[in-house]
Amino acid sequence: MVKLKLGYPEDPDYQERLEEFEARIARGEKIEPGDWMPAEYRRQLIRMISQHAHSEWVGMLPEGAWITRAPSLRRKLILLAKVQDEAGHGQYLYHAAETLGITREEMVEALLSGKAKYSNIFNYPTLTWADVGIIGWLVDGMAIKNQTMLAQCSYGPYSRAMVRICAEETFHHKQGKEAVLLYARGSKKQRQMVQDALNRWWWPTLMMAGPHDTDSPHTPLLLRWGIKTKTNDQVRQEFLNEHVPELLEAGLTIPDPDLRYDEKTGNWIHGPIPWDDFWKVIHGEGPMNRHRLMARRRAHEEERWVREALEAYGKRRLAQAAD
Amino acid sequence: MLEAYLKDALVARITAWADDELILAQRLSEWVGHAPILEEDIAIANLAQDELGHTKVWLGLRQELDGADPDRLVYFRDPLEFQNAVLVELPKGDWAFTMVRQYLFDAYENLWLKEATQSAYAPLAEAASRLLKEERFHLKHSSLWVERLGQGTEESHRRAQEALETLFPYVRQLFQPLPGDEALVEAGVVPDLRALEAPYLEEVTAHLVRSGLRPPEGGYVPKSRQEHTEYLWSLLAEMQSVARWDPEAQAW
Repeated sequence: MVKLKLGYPEDPDYQERLEEFEARIARGEKIEPGDWMPAEYRRQLIRMISQHAHSEWVGMLPEGAWITRAPSLRRKLILLAKVQDEAGHGQYLYHAAETLGITREEMVEALLSGKAKYSNIFNYPTLTWADVGIIGWLVDGMAIKNQTMLAQCSYGPYSRAMVRICAEETFHHKQGKEAVLLYARGSKKQRQMVQDALNRWWWPTLMMAGPHDTDSPHTPLLLRWGIKTKTNDQVRQEFLNEHVPELLEAGLTIPDPDLRYDEKTGNWIHGPIPWDDFWKVIHGEGPMNRHRLMARRRAHEEERWVREALEAYGKRRLAQAAD
Repeated sequence: MLEAYLKDALVARITAWADDELILAQRLSEWVGHAPILEEDIAIANLAQDELGHTKVWLGLRQELDGADPDRLVYFRDPLEFQNAVLVELPKGDWAFTMVRQYLFDAYENLWLKEATQSAYAPLAEAASRLLKEERFHLKHSSLWVERLGQGTEESHRRAQEALETLFPYVRQLFQPLPGDEALVEAGVVPDLRALEAPYLEEVTAHLVRSGLRPPEGGYVPKSRQEHTEYLWSLLAEMQSVARWDPEAQAW
């Protein structure tokens, strides 16, 4: 493992090094694992990258539940590939976080104990097949906006993971959009199903970008250190400007009576976001919080014996090789 | 070109292969998101995709013969019309059950696909070569798992042995000929499965014993591919539920 060089505000050379560090970021240089960094930079990155990794891993559940029910061979293959990609993204991201001197085991432990967060969006249930399409188009659409921003992040391993992930997410987004557009002009039941899915996922999707900038205390520091390169509200705005016209064009109704187009700025302006709901879900009171963690814990506990067998087998092979 | 009198027999044979792959892919899919480690989530999703891809290949071959639409066959046939072997429809069980089953099935597929690459029916020979490339990887993966579990801990050994005792008798069903197989074998279109049974048993027994496992004697062997277990109906009910939910839907 790379030896970390962490700086603390009480270090005598902290100010000097911090200025150097911030100047590197301002020049657009990437910070790499062995470079000097403020301990707080590392802490913020571990928080964000591990949350992101957990989101991929937990995020396999709501869509994965529909693999066995996908209504055509083609959709089934696409969904399998998509959920597999999510597992792969989780894997890159856990590796990216490991470069900051934390182990996968520690991160998994933090998830299973309920200490670590993952994206709130996965605490909502997938009630019908149309949810899979809406998640692909809108939820992944918002994720792409966020990840494209993070691909510019100042930390090299995170930025590079994001570049790879964005390429695959683009395919997820496309297949979701294609399905939604098909159902939006499909049979009566298909049209109802896809509208219902949009009604349920719209606000949670907008909330994915995070609280408004005025309620996001970390943002200024994250921007200064290039961990984020855009604010939550900027990311949300980009999402709206791309997706609102396309959803309307598809003949769908967006469940926001206050939604309007602002001629002056060229922006789509949303009505008040139901933040109470967001805070409830983030604090564990969402419809699926307990179920998502239960599924993760169950796999972890019930299949512990498999990991033990792997370890025992590995040790035996090593011992044989040494003989 | 295929002689006309062989067409129905080949359609039946190909459908049996396609159904094996389809039902196995369905069972594998149930693991996605729930595997013992993240790396195995990736691997099992990959296996399921490959098996499902093979279903598409076989049903595509069938479509060339009789025009049947692959999605209609998958989503609108009733349980008693499915021709899969019982081995693949049994519930997924624990990781040992899933991996031992996968190994037993992969070893069988590798063996007959290798023979099928010599088929006198060119589309079948080509499909077999294509599939064989992927199946070699599957066999590598599942045979290593059998070894790891067989030689891992006392618990993993016990679980793998229990799985083997349930699963092993069913492998014999894989080698049973369908009514039309004899003519196909004679024409050199499909391999003679009965002739592959002995080499198969020899190969898998050797690997199982090396892994510290004992293939059981005896056990119930289904008499034909008409036989199924109670598990098939619910597997298909789930698989077909969305496709059958709206009779007016033109496309999914």
